[in-house]
Order: sequence, then C-alpha cells, then structure tokens
Amino acid sequence: MNIIPILVTAAALFSIGIYGILVRRNAVMVLLSIELMLNAVNINFILFDAFLKDVLIQGQIFAIFIITVAAAEVGIGLAIVLMVFRNRKTANLNDFDLLKW
Amino acid sequence: MSWYEIVSYLILVLILSTGLRVVLTSNVVHAAISLVLTLAFTAALFLMLSADFVAWVLVLVYIGAVIVLFLFGIMITRAPLGKNAELDNINKITPAVISLGIFSSMSYVLVTSFSGEVTVVENSSIEKIGLILLGRFVLPFEIVSFILLAALIGGIVLARKDASLISEDQI
Repeated sequence: MNIIPILVTAAALFSIGIYGILVRRNAVMVLLSIELMLNAVNINFILFDAFLKDVLIQGQIFAIFIITVAAAEVGIGLAIVLMVFRNRKTANLNDFDLLKW
Repeated sequence: MSWYEIVSYLILVLILSTGLRVVLTSNVVHAAISLVLTLAFTAALFLMLSADFVAWVLVLVYIGAVIVLFLFGIMITRAPLGKNAELDNINKITPAVISLGIFSSMSYVLVTSFSGEVTVVENSSIEKIGLILLGRFVLPFEIVSFILLAALIGGIVLARKDASLISEDQI
C-alpha cells in the first residue's frame, strides 16, 4: 500500500487536534484533543517503522514509550484540572486567570 | 485494488471521521466515546501495518484506562452533560485557519518528501520487541517506569484533599 494516504491522514488528525485545543473551552476537552495529536504521532512512528523495515524496530519501541508518557500526562493533567476545579468551581479555561495581572 | 488496500482506506476514513467528531460534537460524553472509536480504528491500522503488540497496548492502555480517567474527569468536574453551546469559543474562524494552514504545510512537505510502498511482514514482532526493549533500550525503559511512578505519586498528592495546605482564604 502507498504510504502517502496514511501520512496525510496522520497530518489531518494532528491538525484536528490543534483545532480542538484552540476551540474548546473545557479543560478536559483540551486534554482529549491532545490525545488525538499524540495518536497522530504514533501513526507516523508505526508507519515509518513498517516502511523502513528497521532491524531494531525503534518505531514501535518509541510508540510504546509515547503511549506510556501520554498515560502519565493524562493522570497529572486531570489531577491539576481537578485541583483548579476544587478551588475555582469551574473547568472553563477562560476563567483560569489566576496568573494573569 | 486489493482487499488490503480497500480495508486500509476504510480504516483511514473512519479514523478521520471519528477524530473530527471528537472536536466538533457539542456533547462531552460523545466526544470521549468518539475518541474511543478513533483509538480503536488506529489500533486496527497498527494491525494492518504488522505492529500487533503496539496495537494491543493501545487498546489496553487507552481504551481500557485513559478513557475511563477522562470519563471520571468529565463527571467530577461537572462538565455540562448533554448538548450545550458553551463548550466552544465564539471565534472558530482563527483556529480553523491555523489548523488548515498547519495541515496544508505538513501534507505538502510529506507528499513531496516521501514516496513508496509499505509491505507487510507476516510474523509477529512481539518476541523482537521483548528482546530489544530489555536489551538495547533497557535504560529508557527503566526511566519511563520511573516517570510513571512519579506521575502516580504526583496525581495522588495533587488530587488529595488536604485542608491544612489549601484553605479558601489562602487563595
């Protein structure tokens, strides 16, 4: 199979994630969009691993590392959102102006 | 056009449509469920690209654990369930222009730089992954496990209610 459609799909998924990050107001929705972008990067890693036929299969190894770090990031991110929600009674990103002066 | 290509194109279309639904729907739970579908079709694409171990790790870690965390986050932060117009910013033109610009520049670079066919190998890569992960990549593997431990402890510390540390008058 030609690699161009898969590459363009991954780029489109990355752009969809950027659109979601910029357009959403809810902090949990922004984290969901970040997951979309990480997923697009994973698609690229696996595709180039299969395309280049690497002996050390570093593409798949790196994709596993990305999945692990993404899981850690979701845990910390949701804990921070929970913390801010407890203090500010909202998960709306427009109201997170604590550091603004 | 072979069956392999037909199924691959179908999976690509499904990934894009469910991914679009994640950012376009006005229902927060529907967005999380659409992300489940996107990740499931991505796992199917990984299976088509003969990366079976990564595909099952994706299913286990994302669909099994991360989505449950997201649903908990949605419920706990009392995100407005059901349809609501308050979920998105009013200005949608600028994000659309930015993401379309990034998409066009990225796909231009990719299309002009790469070409070729990807061929699929029959045998599974699980045994090789195990040997390489605990051989050449053992130090990054241990570092990643340490990062997971740190994230676990950090999550507990952040989310725990501690009245002596956080009182309302300190904010």
